[in-house]
Amino acid sequence: MANKQNMTHEQQQYQQLQQKHEKKRPVLKNCIKAFFIGGLICTVGQAISYFYIYFFNFTEQSVGNPTVATMVFLSMLLTGFGVYDRLGQFAGAGSAVPVTGFGNAVISAAIEHRTEGFVLGVGGNMFKLAGSVLLFGVFAAFVVALIKTLLVIWGVL
Amino acid sequence: MLKGQQSWVFANRPMIVSTGVTGGPFEANGNLANDFDLLYEDLWLEQDSYEKAQRVLLEDAIDITLKKANMQKEQIDFLFTGDLINQITPSSFAARTAQIPYFGLFGACSTSMEGLALASFVVNYHGAKNVLTGASSHNAATEKQFRYPTEYGGQKPPTAQWTVTGAGVALVRENQAGQRLPVITSATIGKVVDMGLTDPFNMGGAMAPAAADTIKAHFRDLALDPSYYDLIVTGDLGRVGHDTASELLKKSGITMQHGQFQDCGLLIYKDDQPVQAGASGAGCSATVLYGHLLNQMKQGHYKRILLVATGALLSPLSFQQKESIPCIAHAVAIEMND
Repeated sequence: MANKQNMTHEQQQYQQLQQKHEKKRPVLKNCIKAFFIGGLICTVGQAISYFYIYFFNFTEQSVGNPTVATMVFLSMLLTGFGVYDRLGQFAGAGSAVPVTGFGNAVISAAIEHRTEGFVLGVGGNMFKLAGSVLLFGVFAAFVVALIKTLLVIWGVL
Repeated sequence: MLKGQQSWVFANRPMIVSTGVTGGPFEANGNLANDFDLLYEDLWLEQDSYEKAQRVLLEDAIDITLKKANMQKEQIDFLFTGDLINQITPSSFAARTAQIPYFGLFGACSTSMEGLALASFVVNYHGAKNVLTGASSHNAATEKQFRYPTEYGGQKPPTAQWTVTGAGVALVRENQAGQRLPVITSATIGKVVDMGLTDPFNMGGAMAPAAADTIKAHFRDLALDPSYYDLIVTGDLGRVGHDTASELLKKSGITMQHGQFQDCGLLIYKDDQPVQAGASGAGCSATVLYGHLLNQMKQGHYKRILLVATGALLSPLSFQQKESIPCIAHAVAIEMND
């Protein structure tokens, strides 16, 4: 019934009426908030990168791993203390797109299903939200790498 | 007695002898905190899962109801309860504790009035002397099942609603003349209405036509008009659904006075609480009716009210499979016995 073409005249009329009362997402406001909070999170990440390069033996190429680990660790703390979901309601994509948002998706699911035990609960549900990001992310990377390899073999690149 | 197509008139006017209403910390900060009998400071209620916490909410509401009526569990003939959790375990597990013969109901957030209508019917026709009925919901347990983990930082749209943590239970008994108590006079059982909406973050918009349909059926079957009631209250339509239902009713020629048409989902919380469009959940209409509204009736603010509890009959599976959201509403009329 979800298909627009299959809807009866009455259903279509109702949906028009209902839409008048539906409060729309404030898209522009949400974008601005997402831009600044997302930017802030990335600035923190950049500062952590410089910290590792300056004080430890990391280069610009190798600093990614410790930076991501630190950001996910901070995200874990904020999720556990119940701050990240509030930040998410305010910032939307700004806190969902950076790696901290990925961390939050994994950790919140792990906390949520702790009551069903470590194996069936935490283990089985940890990647409930993030699993499709991993699957399609890895697959997309594979396809891109394949295309690049073929182009190199054919001498295009 | 069946009247019209889908309504019952209860000639023996069963009474609501006592009620028990429990809630969580978010409700304690809400608008109606004084109308709760017991408010918990912690969402866990000292249990190790939210599902168990919901069971405790219901068990405590049952105990409070019995205590106020000065009765024992053994004196209760039947228990009619339901909730939103898979296989209604909080209700069934509370019934295990209570050891009262039990009917498990599922009507999503309309369960409170489904239970009250059935309890009144059974009592009216001497199928029982004392019946307990109620409904419960728990914010975190419900979010876990229907939406995302509690701590997940997804942004909720302005049409989303906040599930109430709470349970409301009422004791329905055969009418004994001379007692100044609320009585149940009639009920209208709703049809399932589906207007093809698919957004689980806009339950109010999906449920509004069901509420309007049942209200229209109630006035048609009983040959009444809205002026008969001091207050007509929907269960958990929230801002979007309530405004939509108002317009639908106006279009069918049912006009109400300012303030006569209200919604439990808009009454329970304060404006500054972050609930988007309002409250929802099986516990929403149960706690607001059995707490706040009955208190107001006893204080003489209202003589006759019609409560229309609305439920969205979806499952997490059905909306992932792109099914639309079928909805239902049941109405129960309550009057002060003078």
